[in-house]
Parts: sequence; C-alpha cells; structure tokens
Amino acid sequence: MSNSIDQVFVHAKQWLLSSLTGSPGWVVQVASILINIFMLLAVFLTLFALISVLERKILARMQNRYGPNRVGPFGLFQPIADGIKMLIKEDIVPARADKIVHFLAPVLIAAVAILTLGVIPYGRNMTPFTIDGGILFFFAVGSATELAVFMAGWGSNNKFSMLGAMRAIAQMFSYELPLIITALPVVMVVGSLTPDRIVAAQAGYTFDLVPRWFVFTPWGAAAFVLFFVSGLVESNRTPFDVPEGESEIVAGHMTEYSGFKYATFFMAEYIGMFAVSGLAMTLFLGGWHAPARILEIIPSYVWFFVKLGSLLFVYIWVRGTLPRTRIDQMMNFAWKFMLPMAFTCVIAAAVWHYAGRGLRGWLWSFLVIAIVYTALSTLLDTGRKLAPRVYRFAE
Amino acid sequence: MNSAALIIIAVFTLAAALAAATLRKLMHAALSLVVVFVGIAALFFLLGAEFVGLALVFIYVGAVAVLVVFTILLTPRDVGKDRGFNWGGAIVAVAVFGGLTWSILNTQSLAVVAPHMPALTVKQIGKTLMTIYVWPLQCVGLLLTAALIGALILVMEEKR
Repeated sequence: MSNSIDQVFVHAKQWLLSSLTGSPGWVVQVASILINIFMLLAVFLTLFALISVLERKILARMQNRYGPNRVGPFGLFQPIADGIKMLIKEDIVPARADKIVHFLAPVLIAAVAILTLGVIPYGRNMTPFTIDGGILFFFAVGSATELAVFMAGWGSNNKFSMLGAMRAIAQMFSYELPLIITALPVVMVVGSLTPDRIVAAQAGYTFDLVPRWFVFTPWGAAAFVLFFVSGLVESNRTPFDVPEGESEIVAGHMTEYSGFKYATFFMAEYIGMFAVSGLAMTLFLGGWHAPARILEIIPSYVWFFVKLGSLLFVYIWVRGTLPRTRIDQMMNFAWKFMLPMAFTCVIAAAVWHYAGRGLRGWLWSFLVIAIVYTALSTLLDTGRKLAPRVYRFAE
Repeated sequence: MNSAALIIIAVFTLAAALAAATLRKLMHAALSLVVVFVGIAALFFLLGAEFVGLALVFIYVGAVAVLVVFTILLTPRDVGKDRGFNWGGAIVAVAVFGGLTWSILNTQSLAVVAPHMPALTVKQIGKTLMTIYVWPLQCVGLLLTAALIGALILVMEEKR
C-alpha cells in the first residue's frame, strides 16, 4: 500500500511512456526527458509562487503586521496578481545598454537555476537526471550564475548595476570554495559523486532510533552549518544581500531590469535557493528518507518537500531576524573562518572513517572540530568590546 | 541520433568560434568564447566522458570566462584606434590549422575501427588519480596553492 503510493509518480510516468511502445528508442527517450522537465518546472514554479507569498506572510508575522491579505483567502492568490502585474509591465531597455547581453542575462540565470534542480533526488527512484557525477554537475552548472550576473551588470551599462555585479561575483567566488569543500567529506565517506548513492548511504537507523543522516556526525553537523551559510550567500539572501543592497546601489545588477525580466531574476534567485537547499538535504539530511522507522509509511517525496519547507522557513526566518553584513566582514568571514573550518570538516571525516565510524570515530572527529574551532575563534578574536554605539556627530 | 547531435553541436561550436574571432565588440567575443567552451563540453558528454565535460564547464565557464570578462572590464579600451588587419595572427592561425589538419589526415587511428570502450566512471578516474598519478596531482596542487598565495601577496595592502 505505502509502496504503491510512494511510487505513484514513477508508475504514472511509466504508464505515459507505455503508450509510446513500438516507436523508436529515441522517441521514448525524448518523451521521458520532456516529462521530467515538465514536472520539474510545474512543481518548482508553483513552489516559487507559494513561497513568494508565504515569505511575505511570515516576514509580516515576524514584524507584527498583516502582510498581503487582499487577494483571495489569506492573500494566497497574491502571486497570480503579481504575475499579471509583472507580465503587463512595460519592458524598459536603457538606450545605451548592450541589448543582446542585457537580454541574455536573465535567460542564462534562469536556465542555470533550473538545470541545477535536475540532479536532486526528490524521492525513491525520482531523480530527473541521473548522472554519474551529479554533485559535480550541480557545482559546474551553478558556477555559470556568476557569468550571468556579470552579463546583467555589464549589459545594463549602469554604475549601480556594475557595482552590484562586482559585489555579487566577489562574494559568490569567495563562498563557492567553502560550499564545494563542505560537500567533499560526504563524497569521501560515501565514495560516490552520485546523489542517489549519497541518499542511499544515509538509509537505516543507529540503535533503531537515530537516522543515519550525516548531519548527526560531528563533521556532518559542522559541514551542514557551513554549507547552509554558503548557500545563503550563493542565493544572495539576507544577511548576505550586499549585491542588491537597496539602500546603497538601488538593486545591484537588477537595477535596469523591469517587468518580466526582473521577475525572471527574482525567480532564478528563489529556484537557486530551492536547489541549494535540496542539495544540502541530499548531502546531510538524508534526502527523502523518513526521520523514524514508523514514519516510513509516508511517501518519500512528501518527506523531501517537508524538509525543503523547513529549510526554506529557516531562510525566511534568518531574513526576518538578521541585519545586512558589510562586504569586508563577509570576505573576512569567508577566508579566515569558513575556509579553514571547511578543510577541518574534511579532516574530521577522514578521522571518523579511520576510527571505525562508530562511537570512537564520533568522539575523535568531534575533538578535531572542537580544537580547530577553539583555535580559530581565539586567533580571530580582535578583543573588541561590545558597547552601545557612540555618535560623535549626531545626537 | 548521436550523429545528428554531433552535427548540431559541431555547427553550433564552430559558429560560436567564428563569432568569437570576428565580432567587433570585445565583450561579445568573450561571451561567444564561453559558448565554444560549452559546445566542447557537450562533445565530451556525447563521447561519454562526463567528468571531462563537467570539469571543462566548471573551470572554463565558471572561472576562466569570468577572469576574461573581468580583464576586459578592468583594462582601458581605446575604441577609436583601428589597428588594421592582424597579418601575424592570421599566419599563426593558418599554420596551426594546416598542421592539425595534416596530422589528423596522416594518423593511423582514422583507418582503425575503435574498440568498444566501457563508459568511464568518475570513481575510476578518482582511483587512477589517487594511485598512479598521485605525484603529478600533488605537484599541480602545490603549484596552484603557491599561485594563490602569490596572488594574495601581490594584492595585499602594505602595512604602514
């Protein structure tokens, strides 16, 4: 019973493909790919619409106001209104802009964001694009985002756009390093770059109680936190939204975009957020695995989206709580703290492996991380006292 | 289907390469070069060498292309100056093209039927890199680390 519900989408796809029996192999192949792409777009664009209104609702709740509540019940049809507004807005292209580059930037950024979604396993036998080096694919394709941001900044021929693009590229490059290196311990321990294998390696429970997710090992927990912070930066979200800093440089690389192109950037940002959360779950949170044995009757894809929802809630929560950081603080944090800690995670994972992957390995790898963390915080401590700010030139 | 894909990718890549060589605006040429990189990566994918294709996208599109566009951005442009046709470049290009064509036409492997190779997995590449080629790998790592530190020292602010 639970098995058939679990595989309902897989069976549905097979049923759709079975109507093509008799046609040549490549027709079936192309049809299968098209179904996957269609499902990805349908699910994640709906999720984007939903999250855009939920984010506004949750932020409003945190700031003690109502948020959107005019369109539909509880303001749930707000994305439809937003979409219509964005579609019928005038598309303004600056006269001095590099027209082709200006047009191609949102296309590229959206394409890249959607491509990275393809390698994530959404449930048992539910990976849209199975590839041997799936994790590598994610990072390789994701690194093209920087180029798209640069194209947006350059093509707009605007100082604010260019400044925003340069800030975005600086921070994306700096945090791409910890992002990739924190994925490394998982790849090392599993011995595979395939997302399906990584999820499969996290099946089962220790003492029949705690799931064998990598986040419950010391190196996994540290790597997950680092990965999450790097993911926040990569998706340009508060507190790391320096590239868009609206009080300083209008909207960064999106300044000269209007109407649907602006919406495309917005969508790419959210889809990038979904993708990086999905990868964090695949690597550390057991992908689509249930957190307890009795809960396994609930289908795997439901667990995936429950976990995705909770991670997205944390994203929104962080946005509602923290102020924006300065660019120099971010850079110092990346190179002086994130990068050494990311390397420590790699070493701790190796220690965990060679100490037998049991309780002993747990303690030893915890020790490694604790020592490096303490040493780093002592070294980086500037000894500055926290005190109320003194205003010299204003009351 | 594979030969159709090969023709599409080849035409696409060659068109982008031609655009990269002939476009007037330097930025457009650089971005066309990126398309060439993607096309070559697609060729590797078609051959079943996923890892090489992914590494190509990762390094060339993610890093080298951004380096190129930043170099264009940060160096002064003299738009008005027309340097005329670059004869030296043309001669070098013709020489390289001629040499490559000559060696391809004279190679034996065109006449021999290729043996059926099993698809190379990333795991096999990793094992080879970590056993037989571990010294070259470590040397490259050391060189890149030295280059990184050197770049940092070059841009570091001088302490007063």
